[in-house]
Amino acid sequence: MIPTIPQTKLLKWSYRAYVTLFFVYLALPLTVVSVFAFNNSVFPSLPWEGFTMAWFFGTEAPFIGVFNERSIMRAIGTSAFVAVWVAGLAVFVGTCNAFLFVRHDFRGKGFLYILMLLPLIIPGVILGISILVFASSVANTLEDNTEMWFDALRPGLVLVILGQFSFITTFATLVISARLQKFDTSLEEAALNLGATKWGAVRQITLPFLLPAIMGAGVVAVLMSFENFNTTLMLVGSDSPLTITMFDKLKHGSTPVLNAVSLLLMIVSAGLGLLALLFQRGKD
Amino acid sequence: MTDKSKLGFYLLLMPLLLWLITLIILPHIGLFMVSISEKIGVRQYETGLGNYAVFFNEPLYWRTFARTAFMSIFTTVLTLVLGFPVAYYIAKLTRGRTKTTLFLMCLIPFWVSELVRTFGWMILLRETGVLSNFLQYTGVIGGPVEFLYNDGAIMVGLVYTSILFMIVPLVTTLDSLDDSLIEAGYDLGGSGYSIMREIVIPHAMPGIVSGCIVVFMLSLGNYLTPILLGGKDSLWFTGLIYTQFITRFNWELGSAFGFLLLALSSTIVFLGLKLSRQSLSDTMGR
Repeated sequence: MIPTIPQTKLLKWSYRAYVTLFFVYLALPLTVVSVFAFNNSVFPSLPWEGFTMAWFFGTEAPFIGVFNERSIMRAIGTSAFVAVWVAGLAVFVGTCNAFLFVRHDFRGKGFLYILMLLPLIIPGVILGISILVFASSVANTLEDNTEMWFDALRPGLVLVILGQFSFITTFATLVISARLQKFDTSLEEAALNLGATKWGAVRQITLPFLLPAIMGAGVVAVLMSFENFNTTLMLVGSDSPLTITMFDKLKHGSTPVLNAVSLLLMIVSAGLGLLALLFQRGKD
Repeated sequence: MTDKSKLGFYLLLMPLLLWLITLIILPHIGLFMVSISEKIGVRQYETGLGNYAVFFNEPLYWRTFARTAFMSIFTTVLTLVLGFPVAYYIAKLTRGRTKTTLFLMCLIPFWVSELVRTFGWMILLRETGVLSNFLQYTGVIGGPVEFLYNDGAIMVGLVYTSILFMIVPLVTTLDSLDDSLIEAGYDLGGSGYSIMREIVIPHAMPGIVSGCIVVFMLSLGNYLTPILLGGKDSLWFTGLIYTQFITRFNWELGSAFGFLLLALSSTIVFLGLKLSRQSLSDTMGR
């Protein structure tokens, strides 16, 4: 079935109806979450009690808005802190990996490449528990032998950052490698002929060329870190990131303040997603 | 290689090895070691397969395991069947700006946190929710009906969360299929069905395989959707792992569970790649 081949009207319209229905299915949950953020009721459900902005700016209980709900604001701060660290680390290691896999040939390269891809096929929960178990046993051994405390290896933000970094790096590597493969190495050779040092050529010619991919990978890493749940759940300590805080509130029944946070999250993540796409487009 | 470029090579190799060894390889070896150790006293352990024996002897555990596997396979099939026509529509029946817009509309829900999407389904399906009210309003049902907390709700949520990972690779592979091949099929007297079976599907196979692998893994490893949308009896294997680790503090049994889940997911990925004669680098490395 392609446009140049004639089809019966019925088939054409039922196909269109199906695709429309599919997009309604896609939009439905996000729409209701957004709409109920403005409902003047303490439950995120029908009946509709009228329009309010209280779930964003409200100050009086039970109508405490997002911007005045301290636990949520703190969780957003925690998430942002984690995301910046994860993105920074993942982009740095991803860039090194890209140069290694695109520019160098060495024994065991194929094997290392497969290993690099593995985090994609390990379920997030398993990644979380394996790092939890390993970090705890290292901490136990160290504490038994040195009589010092190694709290960074106990559940907490350091482990959350390491856990998210462990699989987001693979995505960063793939995005940056794809761009590096398109690079014309004669540009770098020209710089070397003109007297640049090896590192100078990379810094002034190759890295600027890679910048859109590096920025794109960074934005994707922030997005993935902000939204990660499975790995984080297993490694979280007393400071919980936003998704964990929201999950706890959701389990115990919720007010529309969660809808308001969700709407803000949607706007920010759609914005970041579009930004990442723009960076990707800029590279052609 | 000169000494200098050798140095550069090792400097580049370091971060990769550090990452893979400390965060992927050693933790998984550690997980396996813990899973084969049995607690016999305070900080005293013995090597043995006792934790795995517990899994096979307790029906609740292996039934949940099998249930999780079957529901994930069902989700994968459902996602493929529902997603393929949409992907085909986007790739073959739209052009230019419409195509970009439709593709973007598929991507946006995937950028939004899974928690938010699941929350949306809770609002829609709960007893006082939108669907129940709508059906009462139109007179289809007499009183409020609870659509949440059953396996159907889990399926709806799982398909929703993963369908985008099916559609994206499908659109990419179908896009690369030249329309003239389909036209040639019609010219040679093929029917719509035979063209689908002999031209379109074989061409889309890489996309189908990578979509299925990703969707299956995501469903198997999902925690949020089954916990929030499922009922008291709708256990999910990741839920059992969480209970052993965080609630019961039985890390030995939890590690064994984790290893079993990892083994299942790797086996399915391996079989999928073998059956379709593809390599991990081709499927995932794009």
